[in-house]
Order: sequence, then C-alpha cells, then structure tokens
Amino acid sequence: MSNIIVEPSRQDTVPPDPDAKRPAGRRSRPKKQDASRGVRTVVSPHTLATPRGRVIYWIVLIGVVVSFTAVFVFPLYWMVTGALKTPEELAQIPPSFFPTSIDFGVYAEAWDQLDLGTFLYNTLIYAGGAWLITLVIDVSAAYALSKLRPVLGKLVLAGMLSTLMIPPMVILLPAYLTVKDVPIFGWDLLNTPWAIWLPAAANGFFIFLLKRFFDSIPRELLEAAQIDGASPLRILWSIVLPVSRPIIGVVSILSVVTVWKDFVWPLLVLPDSDKMSISVGIASLSAQMPQNVLIAALVIASLPAIIVFFIFQRSIMAGLTAGSLKG
Amino acid sequence: MSAISVRGTRRKPGTVRRGVRRNLTAYGFLCGALICFAFFSWYPMIREVLLSFQQNNFVDAPVWVGFDNFRTVITDPTFVTAWVNTAVFTGLALLVGYVIPFFAAIVLNELRHARAYLRFVVYLPVMLPPAVAVLLFKWFYDPGAGLFNQVLDAVHLPTLAWLDSTSTALLSLVLVSTWMNLGTGTLIYLAALQSIPGELYEAAELDGAGLFKRIWHVTIPQTRLILLVMLLLQIVATMQVFIEPYLLTGGGPENATVTVAYLMYQYAFNFGDFGGGGALGLMLMIVLMVFSAVYLRVSRDTDN
Repeated sequence: MSNIIVEPSRQDTVPPDPDAKRPAGRRSRPKKQDASRGVRTVVSPHTLATPRGRVIYWIVLIGVVVSFTAVFVFPLYWMVTGALKTPEELAQIPPSFFPTSIDFGVYAEAWDQLDLGTFLYNTLIYAGGAWLITLVIDVSAAYALSKLRPVLGKLVLAGMLSTLMIPPMVILLPAYLTVKDVPIFGWDLLNTPWAIWLPAAANGFFIFLLKRFFDSIPRELLEAAQIDGASPLRILWSIVLPVSRPIIGVVSILSVVTVWKDFVWPLLVLPDSDKMSISVGIASLSAQMPQNVLIAALVIASLPAIIVFFIFQRSIMAGLTAGSLKG
Repeated sequence: MSAISVRGTRRKPGTVRRGVRRNLTAYGFLCGALICFAFFSWYPMIREVLLSFQQNNFVDAPVWVGFDNFRTVITDPTFVTAWVNTAVFTGLALLVGYVIPFFAAIVLNELRHARAYLRFVVYLPVMLPPAVAVLLFKWFYDPGAGLFNQVLDAVHLPTLAWLDSTSTALLSLVLVSTWMNLGTGTLIYLAALQSIPGELYEAAELDGAGLFKRIWHVTIPQTRLILLVMLLLQIVATMQVFIEPYLLTGGGPENATVTVAYLMYQYAFNFGDFGGGGALGLMLMIVLMVFSAVYLRVSRDTDN
C-alpha cells in the first residue's frame, strides 16, 4: 500500500467528515467505542450498580464468554488438534480431548500431498493482482465520475450501480461463457489469472464507496492545484489519493478478502489442478485424503485469513459497516 | 445535462475545446472500468436473457427456441423440489441467522468487559474461506466419530444422521451456513445499537418501561431500517446458496438438498444444457431482483 500513500501528512487537510456513519476509518472508531462505555444502554447504570444487578451482570458476562468460545473457538480448536491425531485416534469413540501424541509431521504431509504451496501461491497471485487492478481501475473511474464529471457520467454511474442489483450467482453461466470466449477479442481466459482479475474490477460497490468519498473532498482544494497547472492525473496522485487513505484501505481489504474467500467462480474458470485457488484445490482433493491430512490442510488454509484478520481487524470491521449501512 | 446547454449559449472562445478535452480525459480515466463492466457485468446480464431463449452447442450458431428451455426446466421433477428447498433453506436460515445476531448484539452492547474478545471471536468464522468452514463441518457431521454426534452422545441425547438423512440434511446445511455468517449481522447490529441516543432509554425508564418494553419500544424502532435492510440482504444472499450443497451433499439424499443455484450448475456443467441453466438463472434473477430493488429503495431512504 505504501506506493499509494504519497503524502500521509496531507490527511489533516481534509475537513472532518460531516457524515458520522461514513467509514471514516481508524481515527473516528476508537473514540466512538470509548464513549459508548459511558453511554446509557438498555440496562440503566443504577440497576447495574446494585448488588443484584452486579451478580446478574457477571453471570450473563460469563455465560456469553463461555458460549461464544464454545460456538466459535472450540470448532477451530477441534480442527487444530484433530489434525494432530492419528486416523485411529480420530475414529475413536469417545474422542480424546487432547491429542495423545503431538506430531506436527502431518502438516508437512498435507503441504506436500496436496501441493498446498502451489495453491497458496496461486491464491496470493489472484488476490494480489485483483487488488492492484481493482484499485487502479476503480479509483480512476470514481475520480472521473466525481471530479471530472464528463457528459453521460450520470448514466455510466447508474449503469455501474445497477450491477449491485444482480447477485453474482444468477449471471454465473453467461459470465463463465464470456470468460471462455471473450466477445470481439476471442480470447479464452480460462486458467489464466485474468479470469479472476478483470471481473473482480467490475465492482459497482467499490465505485460507489470511492465516489462518495471523493465527492466529500472540497472542490477548492483541487481547483487551486488546477490553477497551478497540475494535470488531472497529478491531482489524483498528489491530492486525492493521500486524503483518501481510509476508503482505499477499506476497498483494499474488501477486494482481497472477497477474492480469497470466493469459491464458485475460481471453481469454474480455473479448472486445471495447478491453477486452482486454495479453497478449490482442497475441496477437489478432499475425497482422496486421509482424514487427518485433510484437516491439517484446512488449518493451513485458514491461517492466512486469521492472520490478516488479526492485523487488519479495524479496517475489516469498518468495511463491514460501510457495506451494510449504505449498500 | 441542462447546465451544459445553458453554458453553451454564453460560450467564450476556447470553452468548447476545453470541454472536449475534459471529457476526453475523463473517459480516459473511465475506460478501464467501462471495459471491465461492459464485458464482465453488462454483457453477461444481456447474455443471461439470450441464453435462456436459445439452444446453443457453442459450435453452430445458436437457435432461438422460445420458451422451450423454460418448459424443459419446469417439467423437470427436481424443479419444484429445488425451489421448495431454497425457500425452506432461506426461511430456516432467517429464523436462526436473523434473530440470533440481533439479540446477541443487544447483549454484547450491555457488556463492559471482554468486548474486543467477543467481537473478534464472533467474526472469526466469517473470515475463514467458506470452503474450509464447510469441509470442517462435513467432518463434524460424520455420523460415527463426528464431533456433533459425540457431543449429543455425551449429554445422552439421541444421535442424528445429519447429512445422510432427508429429514436433517437441509437443516445441517443451514447450521454451517449460519455459523459462518453470524458475525456479520452481529457486528452490524452492534454498530447500529451504539448510535441509539441514551436519553431515549432514560425517558422510557422514567415512564416505567421495563427491560423488555425498552427493547420493544426503543431499541427495535430505532434500528428498524437497518433491520429491514439486513433482512433483504440476507434473503438475497441465502437464496443463492450453492457451496453448501455442492460440497456437503451433492444435492442428496434423494434431492433433499438440491437448491436452485445448484440445479442451475448441474444443468450447465453436468447435463451440458446451458439453455436450461440459463432459464433457471433468469428465474432466480427475477425473484432476487425484486428483493434487491426493495433493498436499494430502503437503503436510499436510510441515506436521507
């Protein structure tokens, strides 16, 4: 991302966001959450302060923590330890809570047998390329629609936003046929990364998010640069991009995660086993693997997502509310 | 557009040329997106309609066949099953996946400890690739040594056949789908709850409203729009269900888990009938577009 953020200090030149619900990103979120601690919720603070209230509060708290851990963390614990068990131990009834012998060799076995290195590398290329192409194409399109305002710009925007009404699943077959034989050019994009990259850039939601953010950048800022003789490209690079870091962060995370998680599209357009993404690769080989090797592969496949979530938690959650409050 | 013609009447020399240049620059910036949208979004939308009215073997020129594809698909005995399954799946997924996140969010909003942990944990399954989550649950559903039957056995409840029985297979699909999507709704509701002004609760309490009355008369009306938006979004998302039947059951047992999207995939890639698949896709598109249109309408109202 460092190649995009040219002048981080310029961020201060954008006035505070008038719209509180907007995904203004890092700066505004922690403040809101800190404030909510003192803010009144359904249960009044007085009730909470009574001895009875405090007892109930702690019972509820412990109940919630235990049940959330059981529902959301325990399956993952079961997965990580399940991989370490031998096939005999996996079939054993009742199951052992801790694996009797810890042998991480199964992870190496899964890595080799399923060729996970290739799958992970492929997925990285698909997600990374999709991210780069999406940013270049969607940022410049949103900039043109927001600041250059060409003739028929409104119509183009409407056309792009109308794709939000079409769920991806219902145009799956024609999209597949298009990628297989691109009209006019006659290219066959199957088994090439372009089959992932180009459709990923045609994302009306990203255009919408970016354009709405660009609209909030004051015109005077750009006009001043224009008078100084800056070209539109120069204005985009040196003024618009630096102040748009929060929204670019949100779009980046969303685009990478979307490609990383996708299953149906790569299943169709990347059928060769050495071109498969990690999800499709594991799924296609799952039937032939010993149970513990398959589980080890699942652990390896989920690690990147969990690590990314650890690091970018705040941006991911900001993107989530950006996506739902205003779709 | 009218602004341009107005400006045109009082045009200064050089304005036209500047206008043309501005437009050319703008379309230069737009051309990448226009190409991507045209090829991979707009054209497939049109082609979806063409596909469903044509017979196409991709060697000869396609033949127009009117409603033949629709007739084939509708007379297929699995057609009704697929729609019923999709409707039941959506209904069950809403029953569990719509109500629970809202109440989970209300409880989370009251807690003053472990907030970061709980938020992190509830969203963790959403981050997993769906294929991983589904394959993980496939192992849990194993009737012998699978986790779920072991747990049921440990608390002395009768074990279930899960994916192997027509009565529980669809329910099993709902379970894994809900598990991996629950976090999204919970966090969105949580954000909505935090924007409710506290004075409303204070006023309600002064009027003598108890805990549940406060939830009913303050929390729910205050989050009404987001609840509606999420309902529509969830309907559209769950009606496209594909990966769960594809990876868990292959539509079985006895077509108990065939969904519309899965049947569409089968028509195209197992039976080689893209026309039939296209007809199914078009029907699904029309149903989902109704919900999407309402959704866009509602979310525009949220904006204003």
